[in-house]
Amino acid sequence: MKTFRWSIPLVIFVVLVAFLWVGLGRDPREVPSPLIGKPAPAFRLAQLHETGKTLSNDDLKGKVWMLNVWASWCVSCRVEHPLLVQLAKANIVPVYGLDYKDRPDDGRAWLAQNGDPYTASIVDQDGRVGIDYGVYGVPETFVIDKAGVVRYKQIGPLTAEALKQKILPLVTELQK
Amino acid sequence: MKLVASRVAWGAALAAFAWCALATKMDTPAANAALEARLKKLETELRCLVCQNQTLADSNASLAEDLRVEVRQLALAGKSDDEIRAYLVARYGDFVLYDPPLKATTSLLWLGPFVLLGGGAVLWWVVLRRRERAAASPAASTDPAAEARARKLLDAEPPSAG
Repeated sequence: MKTFRWSIPLVIFVVLVAFLWVGLGRDPREVPSPLIGKPAPAFRLAQLHETGKTLSNDDLKGKVWMLNVWASWCVSCRVEHPLLVQLAKANIVPVYGLDYKDRPDDGRAWLAQNGDPYTASIVDQDGRVGIDYGVYGVPETFVIDKAGVVRYKQIGPLTAEALKQKILPLVTELQK
Repeated sequence: MKLVASRVAWGAALAAFAWCALATKMDTPAANAALEARLKKLETELRCLVCQNQTLADSNASLAEDLRVEVRQLALAGKSDDEIRAYLVARYGDFVLYDPPLKATTSLLWLGPFVLLGGGAVLWWVVLRRRERAAASPAASTDPAAEARARKLLDAEPPSAG
């Protein structure tokens, strides 16, 4: 009984440390998106390269696609960009770029310099489509299924780990 | 006639000015103070997702600015406070609210402090009871061997002096 009572503070301490330890490993900026499992918000925006043409989410129904939100002013976009270029070369899933709150000229120059992994890019100059998609930290990446439902959202730069363990298995599953 | 024409011209100019003012992206002075106060209150209840410990009203982040414009436009379009909140929650989740609703996913947040308070009260009560019981029977706390020896010493004949 006496040893048991002595161990209570120790148990509380261990539990506290466990909570804090888990908390350290989690990213407070990663807010779970309410969009998962819901239809992707509708958009019709001008394309970055073929400026006369528009692209709508309806044009992409029937295939699994990814939407990558990027901008030329976005520093961490440079971190994930090589992965996207690699992904585009592997030709597994079409990735569409949403050039978020950016000048189209800057966007085009940035892609010319860093490589263009996108099947097509669209321009969201005033950020309204970004708001509809709940974008708050560029870069963000969405996986959207054949029925146009959002299945996954990555906040912040893509990592090789996330791509290999979560996104690509999900894409393969959805493409069946 | 000339007066009417000049009035019409002035009216048109003012209307154009008002339209431009509404159309600009900057935080424009709203038509009346009531709307302004309502927006201010609403913005202090909403979280900026970029600077997470700031309200939408306080933050200078570009997203916060965009969302303030969005909130203003929704309010001008006649949406109620609840509809505006629902609009933001649909995009950013409950996290955008500084006063999140009580539901399954937020139950720990809302009930956790009361559970801790209750646990503390129970612990306090148990400790007090135990202490009270210990105080009521002080004899039990002494060593029986020492007590027997004391009794023997007390009961024994006092040693004869001298």
